[in-house]
Amino acid sequence: MAHVRFTSALNRYFPKLEDAHFEASSVAELIRVVDLKHPGLADYIVDERGALRKHVNVFIGDRLVTDRVKLMDEIDSDSRVCIFQALSGG
Amino acid sequence: MSSNDTLILGTRKGTMILRRNGGGWNVAQHSHHGIPIPYAFLDRRTGRLWASQNHGHWSQKLVYSTDMGENWTEIEAPKYPEGSEIKDGLPATTGLLWVISPGADDQPSRLYFGTEPGGLFETNDGGETFELNMGLWDQPSRKDQWFGGGLDHPAIHSVWVDPRDSRRVLVGISCAGVYESLDDGATWAPQNKGLKADFLPDPDAEVGHDPHFLMACAGQPDKLWQQNHCGIFRTVDGARTWTKVSEEGGPAHFGFAVSVDPVDGDVAWVVPAISDEIRMAVNGALCVSRTEDGGKTWKAQRKGLPQENCYDVTFRHALDQCGDTLAFGTTTGNVFVSDDRGDSWTTLGHNFPPVYSVRFVPSS
Repeated sequence: MAHVRFTSALNRYFPKLEDAHFEASSVAELIRVVDLKHPGLADYIVDERGALRKHVNVFIGDRLVTDRVKLMDEIDSDSRVCIFQALSGG
Repeated sequence: MSSNDTLILGTRKGTMILRRNGGGWNVAQHSHHGIPIPYAFLDRRTGRLWASQNHGHWSQKLVYSTDMGENWTEIEAPKYPEGSEIKDGLPATTGLLWVISPGADDQPSRLYFGTEPGGLFETNDGGETFELNMGLWDQPSRKDQWFGGGLDHPAIHSVWVDPRDSRRVLVGISCAGVYESLDDGATWAPQNKGLKADFLPDPDAEVGHDPHFLMACAGQPDKLWQQNHCGIFRTVDGARTWTKVSEEGGPAHFGFAVSVDPVDGDVAWVVPAISDEIRMAVNGALCVSRTEDGGKTWKAQRKGLPQENCYDVTFRHALDQCGDTLAFGTTTGNVFVSDDRGDSWTTLGHNFPPVYSVRFVPSS
């Protein structure tokens, strides 16, 4: 199962959110699975088309995902996935 | 406590409730620390305080409070249906919840949401479910003739329901103009006759105008005003024809906000800025301009407002009126109140965040 780290900024809206393991083969599937455990969380990460929000970054290992629209980057059981915020605003 | 004793501010750093405290005002409540709040208001029909949120990272969220901001509930914000497109091949997603507007008194559970990229949403169950108004979304002019102004895409900032007939609804769209429905939103037509858009090849075009804010007189609903990108315009025939009423040689011309007296539709206030190209207070001095004769003449009201080294601009939702009391907030974090229809002003603070919306608690 992939190990997933979340930006601590999300704890303000999801106080029970913590780093955890999830079973998924793509980033899109991972977001769906995460949302099952934390209803509403997907809406913070992706828009209604399923595309990554503009100021959210997802890393697989040290690499930014390449498909920000359909999130079809593959992940496997050894993947370490980080769901972070990009830099934004003032 | 009467209605003109409580102000609701949507700011770049959260929602604030300001209350009179003896002779002054204080911040009674500050919620959503650090989160931009494009619009916050209290729906007098339900007592719910609503706030739209524009997170830098997490995008648009919608919250309400039933106890004046002590506690908040987040609900799922309006979403564009699968297949919705801004232009051919460009998917539509909710980019900004710019304004929230109640339905008429005979529609107690209805709220309208004006959004970027140009969709009007409505709920008829107090926010449990939302529907994109397909009559306006499918209006033939939208894909080819609407465009963004300030924002990347077209957006709705004003929604007005005729108090005499709730099936008649007007919206203000930047950039498209004013659109009217006479059949509860099933069909829409532009109502921009008389407007001048000097940024279009044809200034008299039917579509493509930039009303910055649209407001009607509650007691004389055929008298509507708009602070437009190209001046101040007024109608006395329910938006059939618009007439430019900017001040010749004076400051009342460019700006964003307008407030119309609820009783006398010839009385209105604007907060002037220099121009499209120079969005600052005119001559470095802040004023609120009032007309009492339908825009024939304007009076710059300056008493109590900064008259030097001032760069404030007042956004479209950041001016409101309650009886003889007016209030406005600015992009540089000043908030002012007048209890004498603008003749003199009191400063509530100079160090607020940039202010996006100012609304009195409406009388119930």
